[in-house]
Amino acid sequence: MERLALLGGLYSNYRALAVALDGASRRGVDGIYCLGDLGAFGPYPDRVFPMLQRAGVQTIQGNYDNSLALGLPDCQCGYTDPRDNYFARLSYDYTFRNTSEENKAWLGTLPATLRLEIGGVRLLLAHGSPRKMNEFLWESTSPDPFLNYLLDEAQADVLCVTHTGIKWHRALAGNRHVVNVGVLGRPENDGTTRVWYTLLTFSGSSVAVEFMPVFYDHLALSDDMQAERLPPEFIETIITGWWTTCLEILPHKERARGRF
Amino acid sequence: MKHPRIEMAHLDNLWFQVTGTLCNLACTHCFNSSGPDVKTFGHLSIEQVRHELEEGARRGVREVFFTGGEPFLHTAIAEMLEASLEFAATTVLTNGTLINDRMSDRLAEIEHRSRYSLEIRVSLDSFDERTNDAIRGVGVFKRVMATLARLSRRGLLPLVTVVRTWSDAEEQEILPGFTRILREAGYQHPRIKILPALPLGRELVRLPGAHDEPWVTEEMMHDFDADLLMCSNSRIVTDRGVWVCPLLVEKPDARLGDHLADAASGYELAHRACYSCYQYGTFCSNISAGIEGTGTLATHAEHGEA
Ligand code: SF4
Ligand SMILES: [Fe+2]
Repeated sequence: MERLALLGGLYSNYRALAVALDGASRRGVDGIYCLGDLGAFGPYPDRVFPMLQRAGVQTIQGNYDNSLALGLPDCQCGYTDPRDNYFARLSYDYTFRNTSEENKAWLGTLPATLRLEIGGVRLLLAHGSPRKMNEFLWESTSPDPFLNYLLDEAQADVLCVTHTGIKWHRALAGNRHVVNVGVLGRPENDGTTRVWYTLLTFSGSSVAVEFMPVFYDHLALSDDMQAERLPPEFIETIITGWWTTCLEILPHKERARGRF
Repeated sequence: MKHPRIEMAHLDNLWFQVTGTLCNLACTHCFNSSGPDVKTFGHLSIEQVRHELEEGARRGVREVFFTGGEPFLHTAIAEMLEASLEFAATTVLTNGTLINDRMSDRLAEIEHRSRYSLEIRVSLDSFDERTNDAIRGVGVFKRVMATLARLSRRGLLPLVTVVRTWSDAEEQEILPGFTRILREAGYQHPRIKILPALPLGRELVRLPGAHDEPWVTEEMMHDFDADLLMCSNSRIVTDRGVWVCPLLVEKPDARLGDHLADAASGYELAHRACYSCYQYGTFCSNISAGIEGTGTLATHAEHGEA
């Protein structure tokens, strides 16, 4: 049996990361992986870097990391709504200013995808999708035939992604799985303040997927964000668990579950 | 002139021109000149739709779109949407005038039972009744607002799409204006998407200068992500065969085959409409408000000093 912890977007939420790393190590996992987007949204972007490095977390590049590493003018988040873009730019500017050159350079060394083989099961880790770093894989717009196509193309049995901010798992015929591991950066628009990471347990050819809630000091994070003068709209999300921005990217089902 | 050729990367989006060019309205900007007597294209049968859905599923389709004309003129539209949602996320593009209480109930039930999203895209042109009806026809505004209220009462969140027909000076009032009237109608958190006007169909007559749009050249394709063009990831099924994309259904050279199975060949961007795609990207997809493409470009330009 082998068990892995998969962390999605961190969005600089170093407080949730600390709790998740602690939880994963207490569960005795065999490896911890981060699927990218270290920065965005939250405060003090440099703080998550040493935490990942100390815990030996293998990290792949998200669109945010790619932008920071290359010094691009925006986060390639894939928003098109003017209001979403306005907020995306605020947080990108903040993160860009507050990420050290050394950390930006480190982001540039990260791979875009990672392949693992565990007991004959082929696992692929990607940020958005295997074919595009900033493609959104939402549960309600990722039908089975499409996911099977992605797995075929990627020659993988299990595909894990993040980027959307909302977790889900689809078991497909032939012991295949696609998992969106969720994010540690902010709650998933369900009216609670918890955030999530994912445990994958491999035994023989079977794979078990478990979503792990993370309860952290979200009020302290909100104080940090206030101190850093991050937008009140972002802080509201941390405190209430409802998204107030980036809503226009949500498909119908996911949007209908939220408050706004 | 040599036009760049776009190969099909993957069938992400499968479109059905389900009622051909038949529509109960005849909007002044309609890009395929649909209308009550326009019989360029006709109805698809549910069998045709099922057959191509299965082919699409074999090819790993992600999203299915039903358009026309006006899809709700088809008596089997609800059945088709239901069939489609077994395979993929599904969108129907409608003028919103034919969705009564019974149809709304049916749509809510279909949406509720499905694992995948059903998107109902309803067109409006202005938040001002008179301006809207000058484009879409007398009485249309009130009927559409009633439909939007009906759908949102049932927990459906229609995506209101607006073709950009205003001047730059009016730009700032548009989104707030729509939000206000939709809220007044009882649609609390309206989803709004703005689409660019296209140099095609009736719009060619309406837009000054639309005939002078440039073409896409091979040079322009350097460093350009071809995935942004529908021809790399979409096909549209009509009663007269399968065409490269929803925009070019009237162009004879854009017909690629009789069935989806034989319409995967590449296509040369030989039309001025291709230039709009090049400018705006996949604006036919469902994501977001804002004119796709330009939002990001503006961000690039203003961000220079970061
Ligand atoms: S109109 Fe757009 S999608 Fe259609 S062939 Fe031209 S570039 Fe491709
Ligand atoms: Fe991302």
